[in-house]
Amino acid sequence: MKNHLRLGLFIFLTPVLLWLLLLIIVPHIELLIMSLHGKNDTGDMVWTLANYRHFFTEEIYWYTFVRTALYAIIVTILTFLVTFPVAFYITKVVSPRLTGFLTILLLMPFWVSELVRVYGWMILLRESGVINHLLVSTGLLKVPVEMLYNDISMLMGLVYTSMLFMVVPLISSLESMDDSLIEAAHDLGASPTTIFLRIIIPYAAPGITSGAIVVFMLALGNYLTPKLMGGKNSLWFTEQIYNEFIASFNWNQGAAFGFLLLALSSILIWSGLKISRQHLGKALS
Amino acid sequence: MIRTLPRQRGYTTAFRIYIILFYLFLFAPLVITCILAFNDSNFPSLPWKGFTLDWFLADGPQRIGLLHDSSNMRSIWVSVQTALWVSILSVVVGTMAAFLFEQEQFPGKQGLYFLALTPLVIPGVILGISLLLTANSLGIFFEDTLGLDIPFLRPSFWLVVFGQFSFIATFVLLVVSARLKKFDHSLEEAALNLGATRFEVIRFITLPFLRPALIGSGAVAFLMSFENFNTTLFLVGSETTLPVNLYLQVRDGSTPIINAVSFLLIVSTSTLAVINLIMTKHETSA
Amino acid sequence: MAPVLDIQNLKKCFGKFIAVDTLSFQVEDGCFFSILGPSGCGKTTLLRMIAGFQTPTEGQLLIRGRDMHAVPPNRRPVNLVFQNLALFPMMNVRENIAFGLKRQKIAAAEIARRVDSMLERVHLPGYGDKDIAQLSGGQKQRVAIARSLVLEPSLLLLDEPLGALDLKLREQMKIELKKLQADVGTTFMYITHDQSEALVMSNRVAVMNHGRFEQIDTPRNLYSNPASRFVAGFVGETNILPVRVTSSAPLKVQTTFGLELYGTAVSQPQGDQLDLFIRPESIILDPADSIGDINLFSLTVRSILFDGSNTKLLATMEHSDFELTVALPQNQQFSHIGKGDTVKAGVHAGSCRCYPRG
Ligand SMILES: Nc1ncnc2c1ncn2[C@@H]1O[C@H](COP(=O)(O)OP(=O)(O)O)[C@@H](O)[C@H]1O
Ligand SMILES: [Mg+2]
Repeated sequence: MKNHLRLGLFIFLTPVLLWLLLLIIVPHIELLIMSLHGKNDTGDMVWTLANYRHFFTEEIYWYTFVRTALYAIIVTILTFLVTFPVAFYITKVVSPRLTGFLTILLLMPFWVSELVRVYGWMILLRESGVINHLLVSTGLLKVPVEMLYNDISMLMGLVYTSMLFMVVPLISSLESMDDSLIEAAHDLGASPTTIFLRIIIPYAAPGITSGAIVVFMLALGNYLTPKLMGGKNSLWFTEQIYNEFIASFNWNQGAAFGFLLLALSSILIWSGLKISRQHLGKALS
Repeated sequence: MIRTLPRQRGYTTAFRIYIILFYLFLFAPLVITCILAFNDSNFPSLPWKGFTLDWFLADGPQRIGLLHDSSNMRSIWVSVQTALWVSILSVVVGTMAAFLFEQEQFPGKQGLYFLALTPLVIPGVILGISLLLTANSLGIFFEDTLGLDIPFLRPSFWLVVFGQFSFIATFVLLVVSARLKKFDHSLEEAALNLGATRFEVIRFITLPFLRPALIGSGAVAFLMSFENFNTTLFLVGSETTLPVNLYLQVRDGSTPIINAVSFLLIVSTSTLAVINLIMTKHETSA
Repeated sequence: MAPVLDIQNLKKCFGKFIAVDTLSFQVEDGCFFSILGPSGCGKTTLLRMIAGFQTPTEGQLLIRGRDMHAVPPNRRPVNLVFQNLALFPMMNVRENIAFGLKRQKIAAAEIARRVDSMLERVHLPGYGDKDIAQLSGGQKQRVAIARSLVLEPSLLLLDEPLGALDLKLREQMKIELKKLQADVGTTFMYITHDQSEALVMSNRVAVMNHGRFEQIDTPRNLYSNPASRFVAGFVGETNILPVRVTSSAPLKVQTTFGLELYGTAVSQPQGDQLDLFIRPESIILDPADSIGDINLFSLTVRSILFDGSNTKLLATMEHSDFELTVALPQNQQFSHIGKGDTVKAGVHAGSCRCYPRG
């Protein structure tokens, strides 16, 4: 019996270890090692901190870095503000017969590739796009204006592509909340604001945290949306990484950027979990 | 405020308008993309010049429809193959991981579990570049020491598969563990008591119980792989997947062929999603 | 002074289904008023209309003489103890109880005083800082009641609050709740499907069936003078015999196996098919010959259902297989009776209550 159990452990453990070791641990160590290497004056590969020094001395790099972090936080907050009323409406306000239908409808667009969704916004917003055409032909505008390629359109695109990951945990935590909690609070004399702040938000806090973590991580690591919907000045840090890897072929510099992005996202996610007193397993499930 | 509490008319109306606007916002880009796939114009924009199937069927010389566009057709096929491999690998390994963490006891379990969850919170770009670096270093190592050239270690089909698998397996792990947590262990104990071996129990009792979770997570794994861009971008070789191929086209200008591809994607993923939904509903109610 | 609660022709429909059917009744101040009825008869719906969480389809609802139509739940002088308690999981005991007081902008010191005295009242002193998850079922119960009671409502509504507790705890909480109500003097309106809860605790009980009240009475009257067949069957244990009327003044009936009995008609009999109800404790074993006005028959003991002070006999009536449950007096007088014995038995005509066949 004991031997059989050990065999079971072995059979399950081996593929899991291979997966985590070969595809996660080793590559990230390699990433760190590569980021600490660089060519010296004679062209040989040596250990060096030059890649990181470069990041701090070139203004454009850390400017982009800080900007990306701030915008990702803004995107997370905006996503919460936009989707919370929807989650609340679907779970608590609309007649229960419509709940299922509205939920399915809500999830539908997110099965479609992010690229298609971004492309849809591009043909809506650009100078020759559909919205401009409608505005000009109804006479509301004299000449078309460029609505794409600026920070606003980029933020909107990021919110749009990450909404799903906020709205799903929100819906499931609000669904599990018994209506009688809200009724009891109301019965005890609480105003809607109080009910919202003292009952609903604390109750939905785990859902909000998991949603926020995933949205933040996705926004930070997004490449498509900032690239296609942002303007010339809407720099995103992933573009720097891409440039180092694909355009300048400086993999050591790119590895350093990648490692910094990883550190940033880990620190922010970790502090998010700490502030809301949750741990990763619970937040993800 | 909620269904059973009295509400002001203004509150209800404002709320309803917001919801309608939200759903408009949600569907506008997709609907427009689909409509313009059928516009008889050389640009994916208004005005409407009439209905046409050219962007699906035409075979030149002025217009080439999707069916005759070998680059897009090839990338669709590459994506399908990639997604199949990724979902099979992810379901197998993810399920094993779920069994490992839910049913086995071993030292360091907590730490390993934490590690198994991290791929979902590592930005996809990072997964891509770190795997690229590692494969490249390994390739150089093999070439220098053994004189072997291993094509798989250069950006290629299999590198993409492993890159996507590395985080999609975590997703499967979460879905299957959630279902495994609801499993009534007295069933297993009863089967063991009746003389079944550990693996017979899994084969005849546990796996049938997990079926909806396996099918559901497999379908989602397929879609996640099919539409992945961030990780794939760095690992893709000469066989580009559909999202990367589309990206290159969108970046360099747009033709209604992109709308045609999008239309097919929207229709087929929605269908798949609905089937998946009906099946999970059916399974849970049965 | 106006009654605490005055309900006139109250009705609630869900689509075609009538959940509460044109009810009218009053509840007096300081009363422990129970509504007793089987699951699904509309109790919760009625209570939620009083609390304001559901709007009546028709009818009027007055609390202390004030019409409650269009008064939102939080403005009504009633508080509800929910069927599932609805304690706020993210707050501790003290914060839960203080929740309503804080909404009234009462000074913190005063709130603390009132919460403490309330905790004392419900026998939970020192529990203020515990989390809800740390409490046992009975303690949660008492916190939920305290949370409403601390607001000093005119009327406290309780929806099957003991339903989730185990039997032993339920017995204990019954007595505690009754004491608590007598103590604070607040009017309680208590919903249950458990007749013993209703009988033990209440001053008045309304028996509800299919959205209607069958009888509103004191527990004692409900038990000894049930006004309808449903009440007779639902409240307390009883033997039911199908009978046929043979003469009407005085009422004389015949059982299916030919035994003739004198009975009392509770409502005007329609047709000659009736159901005869006999309480187990109204059957007198070995009656003295001097007792008049009594139906006599013999019983053959089938089995003895020993249950301490509540021991009963299962016996067949003469010339039949019909089984009757008979309560044994507690004075050991019949402890010699064994299985298979035949004993003489009697029952007063007044205890043979006849209702139209249901
Ligand atoms: N919101 C509702 N919609 C439709 N039917 C309902 C609703 N609420 C209750 N009912 C029905 O009304 C009847 C009475 O319900 P309820 O008042 O909860 O019964 P009780 O509390 O006595 O068990 C039940 O048959 C129930 O199915
Ligand atoms: Mg009820």
